[in-house]
Amino acid sequence: MNDAAAPLLGLAGASVRYGSVVALKGVDVEIRRGEFVALVGSNGAGKTTLLHALHGLLPTEGDRRVAGATQAMVFQRPFMLRLSALNNVRIALWLAGVPRGERAARARAALRLAGLADRAERPARTLSGGQQQRLALARAWAVRPDVLFLDEPTSNLDPAAKTEIEAMLAAFAADGMTLVMSTHNLGQAKRLATRVILVDAGEIRADLPSARFFAEHADLALRRRAAALAESEELP
Amino acid sequence: MSAFAESLSTAVALVRDADPQLTRIVVLSLVVSGTACLIGAVFGLAGGAWLAVTRMPGRRVLIAALNTLLGLPSVVVGLVVYLLLSRSGPLGSWGILFTPKAMIIAQSILVLPVIAALSRQLVADSLREGGDQLGSMGAGPLTRALLMLVHERWSVVTVLLTAFGRAVSEVGAVMIVGGNIDGLTRVITTTIALETSKGDLPLALALGLVLLAVVGVINAAVALSPGARRQVASGAR
Repeated sequence: MNDAAAPLLGLAGASVRYGSVVALKGVDVEIRRGEFVALVGSNGAGKTTLLHALHGLLPTEGDRRVAGATQAMVFQRPFMLRLSALNNVRIALWLAGVPRGERAARARAALRLAGLADRAERPARTLSGGQQQRLALARAWAVRPDVLFLDEPTSNLDPAAKTEIEAMLAAFAADGMTLVMSTHNLGQAKRLATRVILVDAGEIRADLPSARFFAEHADLALRRRAAALAESEELP
Repeated sequence: MSAFAESLSTAVALVRDADPQLTRIVVLSLVVSGTACLIGAVFGLAGGAWLAVTRMPGRRVLIAALNTLLGLPSVVVGLVVYLLLSRSGPLGSWGILFTPKAMIIAQSILVLPVIAALSRQLVADSLREGGDQLGSMGAGPLTRALLMLVHERWSVVTVLLTAFGRAVSEVGAVMIVGGNIDGLTRVITTTIALETSKGDLPLALALGLVLLAVVGVINAAVALSPGARRQVASGAR
C-alpha cells in the first residue's frame, strides 16, 4: 500500500521531561507518507525533543504509534566510527539487518549518490564537515527508511555545503521518502518542506501546509530575519 | 667502571652473544605474559564493554571494586592462585602448580582488572559521543559497546600494552606459583630477583635493561605498524 494520506507514525498526548523541566507538553502529531515536515522554532523551543520523541529515542509519556515504518536519523553532528567512509555505511547496513551479500553494492551506491565515491576508502573522520554530513545522509539513505529524521542537518555547515545537503534532501523527497527535519532556518523550511510545525515552549503552536504557514506567519519570518540581522550587526 | 656502565655492557654482551639461557628466559617471559594478556583481553574487553552499558543494580559498586583491583598486589594474586592450585587446594587435582600454566593463570588474573577497567572507561566515553546515534541505527547496548571497542581500537592496543607491561614486569605472582625453577619456570623478573639475592647486581641490572628493551621493541613494532601509522597520518581523529 502506498496511500499518501496514511499516517506512518504519530504521537498522542506525548510529554517529555528532563528532571523537573517539561520539554514537551502533551503533543499530538501525525506524520503521513510522502510528507516533508519541518519542525521550526527558536533554540530551546522543543523541536529537537519532538524529533527524538517521534523517532523513539526518548522515554515519552503518552502514545507513540508506528505503522511498521522503518526509520533512520541524521544528527546535527553525525558520529562517524574510525573506519573508512565505505565501512561506516556497511556497518549501518549490517545493523539494519541487510544481508551480507548486498551490503557492499548498496554502500557504494549510497556513496555515489552523496558524491563521495572517490572517498570511499578514506577514513570517515578525515572528511570535511559537509562531506561527513553527506556521508551521514548516504548512510541513512542506504538502509532505505520509510521515514528519515533530520536534526538541524545544515546548522554547522558553510553555504556551499548547505546547498549540497539541501539538494540531496530535495532528491530524497522527490523520490517519495518521508522526511521530518528540525531547523531554525525558516528559509530552508520554505524551500524544502511541504508542511511546517511551529514548536514553542514544548507545545505545537501551528501545524500547516508550508505555503499557508508562510502566508499566515510572514511576520514570524520577518522577526527572525530582523533578529538575525541585529545579531550580525553586533559582531565586531 | 661504574655499576651502571658495567650492567650496560653486560646487557649488550648478553644480547649480542644470544646467550641460550637468556634466550630461553626471555621467550618464556614473552609466552607467559603474552598468553596471560590474550586471556585477559578476551574476558577483560568483553567485561569492560558490558560494564559500560549494563544498568543492573550494583553496577557502581562493581565499577568501584574493579577500579580497586587495579592496585591488586601481584604477591596476593600469587598467594591466592597458590592456595587454589596447591595439592590440598580446590584445583590441586589439575597438578599445574610450579608450571608455566600456573604462571599464566596468575598473570591473567593480574591483568584482567587493568584491561576491564580501562576499556570500560574508553567505551563509556565513546558512548557519550555516539551511543545515541548507533542506537538510532538499531544497535543494541552490547553491540554499541563492542563497536566502540573497534572505534577505539588504537586506544585498546595501548590498554593491552599497559597490561602486558604489568604482566611482564611483575615478580611476586610468578615467583610464588612458578617457583623460579631453572629451565622450566624461570622468567626475566624472577632471574633478576635471584641474581640480586646472590649479590650479582650488574647482571641483575643488565637483565632489567634486557626486559626494558624487549618491551620497547614490542611497543616500537606496534607504533610502526601500518594501522598505527595511518592513524597518526589521519590526525588520530
